[in-house]
Amino acid sequence: MSRPALEVEHLNKFFGALKATDDLSLTVEVGELHAIIGPNGAGKSTLISQLSGQLRPTSGHIRFFGEDLSRRSMACRVQRGIVRSFQITSLCREFSTLTNVALAVQARIGHSFHFFRNAEDDPLFTAPAQDALERVGLGHRAHVAAGHLAHGEQRQLELAIALAAKPRLLLLDEPMAGMGLDESMKVVELLLSLKGHYTIVLVEHDMDAVFALADRISVLVYGHCIASGAPERIREDPAVQDAYLGEDEADARSA
Amino acid sequence: MSKIPFLRIGPPAIPAFFWAVPLVVVLLAVPFICEALGQPFYLRVASRILIFALAASSLNLVLGFGGMVSLGHAAFVGIGSYVVAVLAWHLSNEVPVLTWPIVIEGTTNAALAWPAAIGASALAAFVVGAISLRTTGLYFIMITLAFAQMIYYYAVSLQQYGGDDGMKMRGRSVLPGLDLANRTTFYYLVLVALLLCIAFLFCLARSRFGLVIRGIRQNETRMRALGIEPYPYQLTCFTISGAMAGFAGVLMANLDTFVSPSDLSMARSDELVAMILLGGVGSLWGPPLGAAFYILAQLGLGNLTTHWPLAFGPALIIVVLFARRGLVGIFGERQR
Amino acid sequence: MIAVLLEQALNGLQLGVTLFLLASGLTLVLGIMRLVNLAHGSLYMVGAYIAFTIQSASGSFSLGLLAAAAATALIGAVLERLLFERLYQRGYLEQVIVSFGAVMFLDELVRVLWGPLPLKAPMPEVFDWSVELLPGLLYPTYRLAIIAVGMVVSILLYLLVTHTRIGMMVRAGASDRSMISALGVNIRDLYTAVFAGGAALAAIAGTMAGPIYSVQIGMGESVLVQSLIAIVIGGIGSIRGAAIAAVLVGVSDTIGRVFLPPGIAQITVYVFMAAVLVCRPRGLFPAHV
Ligand SMILES: Nc1ncnc2c1ncn2[C@@H]1O[C@H](COP(=O)(O)OP(=O)(O)OP(=O)(O)O)[C@@H](O)[C@H]1O
Ligand SMILES: [Mg+2]
Repeated sequence: MSRPALEVEHLNKFFGALKATDDLSLTVEVGELHAIIGPNGAGKSTLISQLSGQLRPTSGHIRFFGEDLSRRSMACRVQRGIVRSFQITSLCREFSTLTNVALAVQARIGHSFHFFRNAEDDPLFTAPAQDALERVGLGHRAHVAAGHLAHGEQRQLELAIALAAKPRLLLLDEPMAGMGLDESMKVVELLLSLKGHYTIVLVEHDMDAVFALADRISVLVYGHCIASGAPERIREDPAVQDAYLGEDEADARSA
Repeated sequence: MSKIPFLRIGPPAIPAFFWAVPLVVVLLAVPFICEALGQPFYLRVASRILIFALAASSLNLVLGFGGMVSLGHAAFVGIGSYVVAVLAWHLSNEVPVLTWPIVIEGTTNAALAWPAAIGASALAAFVVGAISLRTTGLYFIMITLAFAQMIYYYAVSLQQYGGDDGMKMRGRSVLPGLDLANRTTFYYLVLVALLLCIAFLFCLARSRFGLVIRGIRQNETRMRALGIEPYPYQLTCFTISGAMAGFAGVLMANLDTFVSPSDLSMARSDELVAMILLGGVGSLWGPPLGAAFYILAQLGLGNLTTHWPLAFGPALIIVVLFARRGLVGIFGERQR
Repeated sequence: MIAVLLEQALNGLQLGVTLFLLASGLTLVLGIMRLVNLAHGSLYMVGAYIAFTIQSASGSFSLGLLAAAAATALIGAVLERLLFERLYQRGYLEQVIVSFGAVMFLDELVRVLWGPLPLKAPMPEVFDWSVELLPGLLYPTYRLAIIAVGMVVSILLYLLVTHTRIGMMVRAGASDRSMISALGVNIRDLYTAVFAGGAALAAIAGTMAGPIYSVQIGMGESVLVQSLIAIVIGGIGSIRGAAIAAVLVGVSDTIGRVFLPPGIAQITVYVFMAAVLVCRPRGLFPAHV
């Protein structure tokens, strides 16, 4: 087996007395879709933020293809190919949908110290951006201001931006949060089509989606990884059922 | 539908060419109109408006496009003015500016003095920006204000150059091929300078750099997540803006042939912000429009009463409180 | 040499407590209401003028001081309800320009009411003498009195903020604004009270400065900037930071002016501020975590 894409070793993040990440270790293999599940407040978003460089871990290491990135800035990690999407939509709301994606292309292609040429309509940036939009099904909304998109569409736009950055590791924080059923289905299809081509870490609450998509699943509870493995193994793991699945399925049944 | 709260969608990008063309025609005709009215003084006012328009536009680059609320922009304008005046002072007093490590003589040659002045402003903006951009929000505002005050008090302490009272220049700079002493020539020079700067800002706003700068204003976290570290872009933006402000200062010193610390006072910085706010933050034609209204209103009220600030202050407050999008909102600049 | 140093240190301390009286109100307004109020210096000026008038009419300095504090607090409250209250939800730009408009108006109003010339407030008679602190060092008791008053006010303010219910709400607000509403307090009144209190402190500072410096239009501007610097150095929203930084700014400015060549002297405080911010971008005692 080749070396993993991502290795997280003994990661800790404290917010005062709260241990949001508690001695967390996990690995993500190249090309796999690795789902992270856990109850609300388990520290999933906090983990994603540390992987992407938005939050600095209190201690521990994050290795990306062997290189220790734990103390590197967000921008530096993006240049290495670690790209995240946000659980709470984070867009440039005044720019058009297309420009939001084109900026990702622009950032990937090199520095932006170019002061004169019109970049807003430059096909060098807009063509790949349009492709990414088509891919998530937003092609027809390219020229609408991002702030005017419906909530579900903004979630799709988040995905398009992440794709346009040509990630080597894609960190998706609840891409389907707040979406309607139709839209969620589309995203699941999209993720299926991405599977194998990208290395993906997916945080998601929708268990059907997770079990349909994931190669491996890690379960977080109170910032600690209590189990990590193939979906069947996770489904049967008593500790997981105890801590999480049982209660979730019970909820689902009663709902 | 979407649950978007109140949204202020997109100032810059598209200027109102609809208004721009007749506006430029009128501006070109101003000297003739003043001549016809027999009021050369008006031409001076018009030049002053254009120079303030340039200064306000330069501030708009950081403030409107970049979202960096700088409260000390007059300092960079004033540095431009002072460098021109100081170089001229040294020429007429036959004292070198520097004798060590190299000898620098005074000059009134625009080809030397103007780039020096613009460079000095850019350098000052670079240093101030490098320190203040390490902070954000309220801290940034306070620090730009404080540094501008520092430069102001420094100018006051320059007894050699008139201290508090400022100094008179013997004449305008000498630009080979142009007679700057001629008020019509000077007016057209200022007009061309302003239009060039606006054209530059127009290009800049939609260039790769401009998109990044405007993106940082809207959502800094998003830009970081794209792999864009804001600091170098913001600092570059701040420096470019400082250079433009310095250019405005150069023209201001030449118009008045006089400089004083009040050119770089806190009140002057606030005036520039007020012009932008009046005209429309982040729009291309807003700040020039705001500058025109501000100066004309001040002049008009000043003609009525010496206590004009009693009316002007409250008027400013009312406009800011109630006309949220500024004048370009009224004139219908196309936005998206 | 020692005598000069001591004298200047005391002068610096006196400037420092003056700055603190301004900065304490301002730092709360900045920290809690997130309001950039450039008109705070004008309240200092207005206070000085009111005190001058009352003192001239009645002959009593303390009556002038009290009247100035009360009247300026009222003016502050009116300004807050009339203007600034509308601006809490708006951007800093609007706040800057509205307060700039208020400065214009107040400056001109003072010019109309009191004339354009600087006035010299009479020294209160009780303090119109000097003590010999060291052999050869005569120091005016009035300045010592300012230091004492400043210290007393600081201690009272400290007790108010740390030991009372109102103070607790104010502190909660300075570090996390949403806390105030969670406490079920009438935010509107609390804001107005903080604003009025800050205005009263500014007026006290202006009144006490009157007999030393002249009472004139624009007298608030340089102290405003210096107290803003103190606020930034101390950390926005932190009373303790404002107190320590105000004394640091006052002393370093005063000593700088005496011992450094002109030109450099004016910028010492700013270099100090830059140095602090390079190491600690949120000031020495950041109130916001
Ligand atoms: N900046 C912060 N400061 C203090 N506490 C924080 C911060 N960010 C997160 N937390 C806390 O850390 C814990 C983990 O939060 P996190 O957002 O990572 O959970 P999550 O697993 O993503 O939950 P959800 O499923 O609701 O998205 C929570 O208890 C949260 O309150
Ligand atoms: Mg989360």
